[in-house]
Amino acid sequence: MKHLLSVNDLGADGIEEVLRLTDSFVEVSARSIPKVPALRGKTIVWLFYEDSTRTRLSFETAAKRLSADTMNFSVSTSSVKKGESLRDTVETIEAMGIDALVVRHASAGVPWQISQWVDAAVVNAGDGWHEHPTQALLDCYTIRQRRQSLHGLRIAIVGDVKHSRVARSDVLAFTALGAEVTLVAPPTLLPPSLEGWPVDVTSDLDAVLPKADVVYLLRMQKERQHESLLPSLREYTALWGLTRDRARLLADDAIVMHPGPMNRGVEIAAEVADLPNAVITQQVANGVAVRMAVLYLLLGSGAELVA
Amino acid sequence: MSADDVRRAVTRIAHEIVERNHGLDGLVLVGLQTGGVPLAGRLARELQRIEGTDRIIPTGTLDATFYRDDIGLRPLVPEAVTDIPGSLDGRTVVLVDDVLFTGRTVRAALNALNDYGRPRAVQLAVMVDRGHRELPIRPDYVGKNLPTKRAEMVDVSDDGVAIGDVVPK
Repeated sequence: MKHLLSVNDLGADGIEEVLRLTDSFVEVSARSIPKVPALRGKTIVWLFYEDSTRTRLSFETAAKRLSADTMNFSVSTSSVKKGESLRDTVETIEAMGIDALVVRHASAGVPWQISQWVDAAVVNAGDGWHEHPTQALLDCYTIRQRRQSLHGLRIAIVGDVKHSRVARSDVLAFTALGAEVTLVAPPTLLPPSLEGWPVDVTSDLDAVLPKADVVYLLRMQKERQHESLLPSLREYTALWGLTRDRARLLADDAIVMHPGPMNRGVEIAAEVADLPNAVITQQVANGVAVRMAVLYLLLGSGAELVA
Repeated sequence: MSADDVRRAVTRIAHEIVERNHGLDGLVLVGLQTGGVPLAGRLARELQRIEGTDRIIPTGTLDATFYRDDIGLRPLVPEAVTDIPGSLDGRTVVLVDDVLFTGRTVRAALNALNDYGRPRAVQLAVMVDRGHRELPIRPDYVGKNLPTKRAEMVDVSDDGVAIGDVVPK
């Protein structure tokens, strides 16, 4: 495997391989000196055309713990402002001799397009509403820490599925590992067609919660209410928010997840996010180790992943 | 080497370790993945037996993949998660491996150990020294010196030591 553009690039075996390798990087991250020389001499560029805190810092931490050199590219202070095209920008950066580009862009397919232009490895760090594969990998890893396997687990993905690249990548990864996924959302926040998605769909969160092993809450993007997709955020919270009352419906060992950033009080009640069932900070911690595994597999191991 | 030869070598190396270190104080065994791990376990039990102690000898495992100098030259993925028992500051570490060949794995392991603390001393125990060193590394304890050809494979198991031909790629 040369690039990581979609969860589908990995397949079930590839996901398992990444998760197995992540164990080693969790151990590295737990040491007093959490750094190995594995990617010494490799240069990784962050090409972020869209805002990000946790994903960029997580990748940055991962790269530094592997001893890679990193370069930051910020759209607002670059020649993009002067009208340079994406292709010219990418080819200019590659001419400096880099090994990987980690790309986030508001348009779906940009990482794939870049991978057609360059020899460097390309990692998709989120493209439009399309995919966010490293998020899905860290979610799988986090679930596996609590439960031995995803096989047969009932996972409810709740909220704005339509605009969520996390939901798309998670559905692909969770189902590849044998989980049963149910999407829970108002019809206006579902994609126009779910044909070919191996999922169940409902709008009744209360019916899903008691038998769910995992509840995955998506961020409610506040700007969406101006698009007349929702009457109000309060109504959203009343019907699809994981409130304190609703959290009582959960099984004792159910897991509550969120990709961040959270809107406490909208899709998740403030106190629910701090319950022992919530693994939201573990997700962030595991993100670093999972991204170390991805960068190592692409740049270091030379291992051929099964596609 | 037969299974009995390997057993006798484990016993002799265990005696050499306690003799050289005047007992077991501060001693940590670290088996290199994957061949050194079962051997480190056997050595730990043998050390316990000959010193007549109930005290468990701290034994860890180390996978030095991320410290190798051939990353990117061939597929390299760790076999297992490293497990070092506590800090190595001031301890005497005995690295254990089944076969000593080029010395590059040991070089990587020495670098890796540094990230777990500063041992007082590091010693090296191997069941087979097959020669062909590419780095200035020599073992402190050897089961057997076994002259080999470069292309041959050496396999160490509980059943003994076997030399075989490498299957051409």
